[in-house]
Amino acid sequence: MNLNFIVSPSPHVHSGNSIPRCMYGVLIALIPAFLVSLYFFGVGALIVTLTSVVACVLFEYLIQKFLLKVKPTVSDGSAILTGVLLAFNLPANLPIWIICIGAFVAIAIGKMSFGGLGNNIFNPALVGRVFLLISFPVQMTTWPKVDILSTHYLDAETGATPLGLLKQGLPIDTLTSDMLLGNMGGSLGEVGAIALLIGCAYLLIRKVITWHIPVSILATAFIFSWIVSLDAHYAMQQLLMGGMLLGSIFMATDYVTSPMTHRGMVIYGICIGLLTIIIRRWGAYPEGMSFAILIMNGVTPLINKYVKPKRFGEVKK
Amino acid sequence: MLKTFRIGGVHPPENKLSAGQAIITAELPKQAVVMLSQHIGAPAQAVVAKGDKVKVGTLLAQAGGFVSANIHSPVSGTVAKIDTAVDAAGFQRPAIYIDVEGDEWEESIDRSDTLVKECTLDAKAIINCIKESGIVGMGGATFPCHVKLSPPPGMKASVLIINGVECEPYLTSDHQLMMEKGAEILVGVEILRKAISVDRAVIGIENNKPDAIRHMRQLAEEYPAIEICPLKVKYPQGGEKQLIDAIIRRQVPSGALPIATGAVVQNVGTAFAIYEAVQKHKPLVERIVTVTGKSVAKPSNLRVRIGTPISQLIEMCGGMPQDTEKVISGGPMMGKAVVSTDMATTKGCSGILLIPSLESRRKEMQPCIRCAKCVSGCPMGLAPNLLMNLSSHQNWDGCEEERVMDCIECGSCSFTCPAHRPLLDYIRQGKAKVGAIIRNRNANK
Repeated sequence: MNLNFIVSPSPHVHSGNSIPRCMYGVLIALIPAFLVSLYFFGVGALIVTLTSVVACVLFEYLIQKFLLKVKPTVSDGSAILTGVLLAFNLPANLPIWIICIGAFVAIAIGKMSFGGLGNNIFNPALVGRVFLLISFPVQMTTWPKVDILSTHYLDAETGATPLGLLKQGLPIDTLTSDMLLGNMGGSLGEVGAIALLIGCAYLLIRKVITWHIPVSILATAFIFSWIVSLDAHYAMQQLLMGGMLLGSIFMATDYVTSPMTHRGMVIYGICIGLLTIIIRRWGAYPEGMSFAILIMNGVTPLINKYVKPKRFGEVKK
Repeated sequence: MLKTFRIGGVHPPENKLSAGQAIITAELPKQAVVMLSQHIGAPAQAVVAKGDKVKVGTLLAQAGGFVSANIHSPVSGTVAKIDTAVDAAGFQRPAIYIDVEGDEWEESIDRSDTLVKECTLDAKAIINCIKESGIVGMGGATFPCHVKLSPPPGMKASVLIINGVECEPYLTSDHQLMMEKGAEILVGVEILRKAISVDRAVIGIENNKPDAIRHMRQLAEEYPAIEICPLKVKYPQGGEKQLIDAIIRRQVPSGALPIATGAVVQNVGTAFAIYEAVQKHKPLVERIVTVTGKSVAKPSNLRVRIGTPISQLIEMCGGMPQDTEKVISGGPMMGKAVVSTDMATTKGCSGILLIPSLESRRKEMQPCIRCAKCVSGCPMGLAPNLLMNLSSHQNWDGCEEERVMDCIECGSCSFTCPAHRPLLDYIRQGKAKVGAIIRNRNANK
């Protein structure tokens, strides 16, 4: 009689999915957008992204190893993802020391102070980004002009973004086709609409995310800005400018900080869409995506508490 | 669009290694170990004593209550002892040991292969015959069949649903039974239909068995009341509540019996057993068992006498592979890991699955990243992550409020969790505690 069998409760098989697989799936989906930013912003995009990733991974490792004295879990890919997303929200000419501060705030305050992966209330990359935006408003809003395969980093020529022009009431000189391709000023990862949508398709096909959050954000933003402007072209531009696509596809869908039910996700998405357009149109800042997502991150626990999944056999009231 | 259930569901790899393997009759064991509780409900009471001679089909034990089932001898020989044996869950339970001598059957049993279509019994007589023959749900739940066919007062069945879904990965016993005994199954369905007097029966078969759908459709042409319904492949479609939802679009309310929707669900294996019991006077003494696993030399579908040790079945399929670390009675999603291969085959044992060492160990648990895959996968619309938290904090009121008792223990949540969290383990614990609390509360009323 063999007494060495493993006895455990069912189920005895597993899907094979894992946290690293989810994280690396999102990283793969970000590759097209990264290539676009390398093309339009050149070496600056590379330096900013590398710095941010290395800093995030290093801070997480050091905090886990020496401060929390737990087994470092940097290999799960979540710190790399935070690093990439933070970089994608920064101008490609940001000095290294500012990026490091942003990475530190993202990882140390945004993530580890809450208890690490899975416990943070706010999207760490956005915490880092918004901290930098408030602390270094000049550097964070001095955008490099598009310069194909540029070799300039700190000395890149700067110019206004379409959203910035819009805020000042100036006409936008960027064509819609350039917005789709990424030929415009802005944070390094947010410019290539088509590339971001390719990433979105990949995430949907791989079932890393569901359609609920991105679609509800974009649909709300489009409809709401159309209503307030009575201009469909303006509404379309709202989706293509700034961090709208990057935010709705990659930032707002962060598992940890978004609601758990499909209904909750739609509520969350609608609120983000509304808040973003409100901030863009009436707020002090030209861009409201990061603030909208962070605000709704804070509301997520409340949504989870009150929006329950649709129960089997529930009697319709 | 193929029909399927509306909430949740997952897609485990099918791994139907033994599909298409013709049913082989397993050799008789030297000693049969017949468990006295092979069904849900009270254990049966032995009516034989040590030294008694028995034939195949001799009553060994009488049902121990209304929710219980008779047990008949699967072999002929002498009762060696009435003792205990280890069941699938690892507990010592009463069992009758029979030393096998020859293979002599009770004279009343018709052992021929001739198809008998005509059934002259009335509903009451049919249900009685099913009860006498010790038939239980053959899909694995082993709920005594006659109980399901006797709806509580005021409830009336309107449709008979036959479960040919076999949504558990690896298992192919129902599939092969439909391919080889389809005509008998259909007669069984007609008998069941008569027993509960409904004029419609639907056989649900998942779309990964196109040959079975085609075969059963062809056979069902002569039965206008029987409809074959292909279903989109999704686990756990074979769950009673999910199957009812998939086929008639009605959901069993929380806490209610499936009959509340007007549906009575029986497995294809049960329909076949009913055919044999009613038309051939053969009690439930054997069943089809799939023996399978990625390292198994010859994954097979075996016709096995109840009481045969599973070690003997594994031998028949090429022996225990070197790398086996886990032995499952049933399928990989809901089956039980057994302690020893000395365990005897029971009425509910649809498969023996040998899991190699690479897949037998759970991965280390990681923090929940709130990806909500468990929530969207739960076929009952629960929030498994929340239930696990409540259960681990022993918040039983919270568990009850979040409807822990609705859980059907399908394992979709644990299966799908990227952080390898043992969601179902904690939910089971919550169910056990809350179940006890509810029983206490009702007793004190």
